[in-house]
Amino acid sequence: MSDLNLDKFEDRPATAEVSETPTDRREQISFADLAAKGHKPATLDVNAKPVLSVDNLKMYFPVKSSGLLRRTVGYVQAVDGISFQVPSGGSLGLVGESGCGKSTTGRLITRLYTPTAGTMKFGDIQEDIAHMSPRKLKPLRRNVQMIFQDPYTSLNPRHTVGAIVGAPLSVHNVVPKNKILPRVQELLEVVGLNPEHYNRYPNEFSGGQRQRIGIARALTLNPKLLVADEPVSALDVSIQAQVINLLQDLQREFDIAFLFIAHDLAVVRHFCPEVAVMYLGKIVEIADRETIYGRAHHPYTQALLSAVPDVKQAAIGGRRERIRLEGDVPSPINPPSGCRFRTRCSLAQEICAKVEPPLLQIGPRHKVACHFAGELGHHPQTPVTKELLGVDDQGSPVPGSTPTPVELGPTWSDRWFDVKSKTMVSA
Amino acid sequence: MTEQTSTSTASLRAGADPDEAYLVVDDLTVTFPTEDGPLTAVSDLSYSVELGKTLGIVGESGSGKSVSSMAVLGLHDTKSAKISGSIRIGGTEVVGLSEARMRKLRGNQVAMIFQDALAALHPFYKIGGQLAEAYLVHHPNASKRDARRKAVEMLDRVGIPQPDRRVDDFPHQFSGGMRQRAMIAMGLINDPSLLIADEPTTALDVTVQAQILDLLQDLQREFNSAVIIITHDLGVIAEMADDVLVMYAGRCVEYGPGKEILTHPEMPYTWGLLSSVPDVTADTNARLIPIPGNPPSLLSPPSGCQFHPRCLHRDKVPGDLCRTELPALLPGSRGAGHVKRCHLANPDEVYRAEVLPEIAPELVEEN
Repeated sequence: MSDLNLDKFEDRPATAEVSETPTDRREQISFADLAAKGHKPATLDVNAKPVLSVDNLKMYFPVKSSGLLRRTVGYVQAVDGISFQVPSGGSLGLVGESGCGKSTTGRLITRLYTPTAGTMKFGDIQEDIAHMSPRKLKPLRRNVQMIFQDPYTSLNPRHTVGAIVGAPLSVHNVVPKNKILPRVQELLEVVGLNPEHYNRYPNEFSGGQRQRIGIARALTLNPKLLVADEPVSALDVSIQAQVINLLQDLQREFDIAFLFIAHDLAVVRHFCPEVAVMYLGKIVEIADRETIYGRAHHPYTQALLSAVPDVKQAAIGGRRERIRLEGDVPSPINPPSGCRFRTRCSLAQEICAKVEPPLLQIGPRHKVACHFAGELGHHPQTPVTKELLGVDDQGSPVPGSTPTPVELGPTWSDRWFDVKSKTMVSA
Repeated sequence: MTEQTSTSTASLRAGADPDEAYLVVDDLTVTFPTEDGPLTAVSDLSYSVELGKTLGIVGESGSGKSVSSMAVLGLHDTKSAKISGSIRIGGTEVVGLSEARMRKLRGNQVAMIFQDALAALHPFYKIGGQLAEAYLVHHPNASKRDARRKAVEMLDRVGIPQPDRRVDDFPHQFSGGMRQRAMIAMGLINDPSLLIADEPTTALDVTVQAQILDLLQDLQREFNSAVIIITHDLGVIAEMADDVLVMYAGRCVEYGPGKEILTHPEMPYTWGLLSSVPDVTADTNARLIPIPGNPPSLLSPPSGCQFHPRCLHRDKVPGDLCRTELPALLPGSRGAGHVKRCHLANPDEVYRAEVLPEIAPELVEEN
């Protein structure tokens, strides 16, 4: 079981070590040393096999009427048919506004919820875990672990750190009782905490240290996939970088795949070579980092990116020109027809209300769901999808035309739809 | 204490120094008694904000940014908190001001927007009622109908749709962004000359954050008020602030014009803040370099420069100066407007040669 090898950790990153040792005991490290160990953004391995493949996943929460009968009067369509892949040892970022369903997605993948529909194929043999029985699921659970947002509420205040980090070991019976403590101490060292502190309580630690305890707990069972739900947003700025670097070290060391859920676009850009943007329960754009941040094609992604305040603006002065999104996200109980973003979109035309745009692959590693997909300032005048879907400019079906079948699965294809020439092209 | 009050009254009557900025904080020190001894949350803090200008205060939690601005509003319990120094709002000395006179000032000339709008609004009272109350307190002769009309007007001004209907909603019926707008409406209902926004957008999504920042800027232009924005987001500071004050462990460590501070920072803590936050437009070769360690406890702050235990550049200072002596807040090589608290002799060179190539390789050429 113990494939964590302590020898590997003799040259632990200075970041983790320094943060826990009192100042007098350590040597002065120079900026150059620390900078050399600083972390560049992760890179994408296009050939990695998927560890998780999610296809058309849906989660509808029933809305009950008041009164005695408690009839179901509607559904909150929290997640409505999303498909994506997480490459083994890689990371996929999931971004979007609050209420767009990104946390629900994380909870579905850890099977804290049972999905309404769809498949989630996991692991080497791509078993579908979407509707697996709890008994069959239990041995698989150790492979998918979760890091929570708030390090203050996600640790039981009445349990010692040793009990918290060791609990997964006793639940899954992976090591004999007398071996739990050494393993816990090993893990504490891995995340940069003092192993002697196993019998302390969470309240004796700072926010950043508590988040490290949460990370140690998630690592206990050597997971293949970690779902990190806003892992740094509750931490101070100077501590955020420490935790992000720690996660990057662990990913490299143990080949863990991450589903990284966050609303901070800059953190996601640094951590994830691939990013999916969600809006109201759907993925509207998914692509590699350079495409999303450099030449996003969906108006929502463009609006999100233009809303992020930029430190470099200080050199220019004043505020950046930005796309203003008016109003709030519509209710997921009764989402808009057609494209869900159309109520706040500046490009929206009649077709957007009639036909839902499919999540179309438009580049080697780029999918977008928009009738007017194009780079910022170069959106086409007529819907790019009309021939493909067999509709006219207004979205009404053209008699006699046959819609081209569109591949909507989670996989990437060698052939894609080029938005400029409006034809299928190959790599 | 009585002396202070009398001088402030005198200066108020004399119309104060016409050249003085609207808010002047001078040598402010705030100490709280705790079971473990006195805790100095803010020491020797000085800054000023002119009408129509924005000051951004940056720092980690516990650096004293909120405590100092609460002192401006007189929100500390004078029985326990010891406040020394001077805070002048439009010429009126606030330190030692009687509670009755402070109440006249608070919400009228000075208003505050809090971070968590759901916690700052009363859940049992309608939005309109809470707005009207803020108006009526400072306009005792106004009728309830006037107050309600004013509330609707303000909700409309901050961009809440159908304000005449939403005025009768409870806070829980508003979305996060709308609540923050309602808070801003409440803060501005008496046309304050000084607005303090304590992390006004931290709990919000980026798109809503952009809306709120736009709104704050429009309103500032319209009312020509002085604004203090407290935040830890350097991006927000870069886009909003004319002046920037960086705080660490209760002290000002760097203070100057925003452009100066963010493009030519001279204090290693500011470098650390810039290098530990990823940027959406950064070069993909830029590294994320955290500040090692944790913020210090204010009960037993480190000797000398309080940042020295976490400082990566203290070996460049000869001797043990960083550990033994607190550096004074002095102008660096870039003019009198930019002050910093650091012993480094040539911070600009170190920043350009060592820090910038790692955190923003693309900017090295330009500089």
